[in-house]
Amino acid sequence: MALAALAAPLLSPYQPAQIDAGSILCAPSSAHFLGTDSLGRDVLSRLIYGARISLSVGIIAVGISTLLGVVFGSLSGFYGGSVDAFIMRCVDVMLCFPAFFLILAAVAFLDSSIFNIMIIIGLTSWMGPARLVRAEIMALKEREFVEAARASGAGNLRIIVRHILPNACGPLLVNATLAVAGAILLESGLSFLGLGVQPPVPSWGNMLTEAKATLGVAWWITVFPGGAIFLAIIGFNFIAEGIRKELG
Amino acid sequence: MGKYILRRLAGIIPLLFGISLLSFAVINLAPGKPVALENSLNPRVSARALERLEKLYELDKPVYERYWHWLKRTAALDFGRSFSDNRPVIEKIAERLPVTIIINLLSLFLIFAAAIPLGVRCALRPDGMLDKVMTAAMFFLFAIPTFWLALLLMNFFGINLRWLPVSGITSLNYEYLSPVEKVIDLLRHLLLPVTVSSLGGIAAMARYMRSSMIEALAQPYIRMARAKGLTERSVLYKHAFRNAVMPLVTIMGLSLPGLVGGSVIFESVFAIPGAGRLFYEAVMMRDYPLIMAEVVIVSILTMTANLLADVSYAWIDPRLRDKR
Repeated sequence: MALAALAAPLLSPYQPAQIDAGSILCAPSSAHFLGTDSLGRDVLSRLIYGARISLSVGIIAVGISTLLGVVFGSLSGFYGGSVDAFIMRCVDVMLCFPAFFLILAAVAFLDSSIFNIMIIIGLTSWMGPARLVRAEIMALKEREFVEAARASGAGNLRIIVRHILPNACGPLLVNATLAVAGAILLESGLSFLGLGVQPPVPSWGNMLTEAKATLGVAWWITVFPGGAIFLAIIGFNFIAEGIRKELG
Repeated sequence: MGKYILRRLAGIIPLLFGISLLSFAVINLAPGKPVALENSLNPRVSARALERLEKLYELDKPVYERYWHWLKRTAALDFGRSFSDNRPVIEKIAERLPVTIIINLLSLFLIFAAAIPLGVRCALRPDGMLDKVMTAAMFFLFAIPTFWLALLLMNFFGINLRWLPVSGITSLNYEYLSPVEKVIDLLRHLLLPVTVSSLGGIAAMARYMRSSMIEALAQPYIRMARAKGLTERSVLYKHAFRNAVMPLVTIMGLSLPGLVGGSVIFESVFAIPGAGRLFYEAVMMRDYPLIMAEVVIVSILTMTANLLADVSYAWIDPRLRDKR
């Protein structure tokens, strides 16, 4: 799927925004593998281009949240005391907010560009990785190899980055993979409400919105984007499962 | 017990403070003056609305002063008037909130009612037929975009089969129905939304219940109970089940924000006149006072529900009260 997204221009049989008035709402056929939508656009091409958007939103948003999580989690776990108490309070606050409301409100005040959506999703989902890193660091910071690093004159930052974080990589990776799946779902939900990626740029979520109008007559417009989301999420879940097994 | 509740109540003060800070931050989210930015970006906001926005949030004052004023007004539940029809925001929310609360409570009830027996059955025979089916279903439900599932089900049951109504919570002729028919009519309208919004929760809760039950069954006190010659029934339900079911209360509390957030999507898909849909409309219309009020009220309600979950947990399980 990721390959298809990268190679989008090569693979797509048609331009995603190309409107063909002659073939509106065509059922899947040899000319249009997955049919066309209400403006005569090729569903397969839009799906492939949509994959670019949906996957990149997912991956970048998770990149942001993981980075934030690592920073806050490290601070919290390593320094403990009042720093820890403060950061954990923040986590509690963020956790009791229904994130979806917060995201929608932020979108209303800002603008729903792809870029903003990545940042907003990232900013509202760093709590998981932060807790994870914190727990990992608390477990590791008293261990001998950290003592050894300190004895050889390493500073706090160096100890965290070089000695402790690599040990936390595994669970973090599993968490991030699952989070990408979550972010893709979130993005599709936002776009579905018309508050995410704006048409005519295709994303899987806004393709579903457009499909809503023709639900009764053209099943393919609904089924394929939904199926794409479904497959992507399953894919990420399996990857996460695989990494977890690999780590033992 | 009283002490525990007091301690928990004290714990919500920083939480409330955090919620207020975060909500206030959202208002000030846009770089520079939010008003100026909205003006250039959003033709939907009229000049008059801007003026009102400016006045409502006193954008000419320094931040700390604005925060203090906003806090005072919010504490008095004064959220200003809606931009779209000039009615007090709190009134608009109050008439929409009950529907949302009822739907969420029904979903919660359904989740518990379905997930607990399912989880217990799975735990009694791990890797049995039911367990395998549940694992597959769990993967399936976790991956499927629920709003899409909602659409498909709505299409199937509402349009293809014509079994269930597809939108709203009452029929057109609701007024003329007898009380019994009214209840049936409501239930028919709520069946799909409540089911769909519970599915994910059922799958997840059943998993938790399963692992919690398996863990409980492996404890020494179960062997002890069996050795005493208690009936299997008594061992399972009096000893294992009671211990296994308790952590679920906390997990449920933690998953509440997700359930509530989902209301926005479900109420939009099924055209249910609840607070979620109101929020969606407010966002679409850029009705800022309404947006802010919803964010504050919904997060406080969620926090309260969470607190209730914790307190009831402590009420069921005395061990917890005395710990930290």
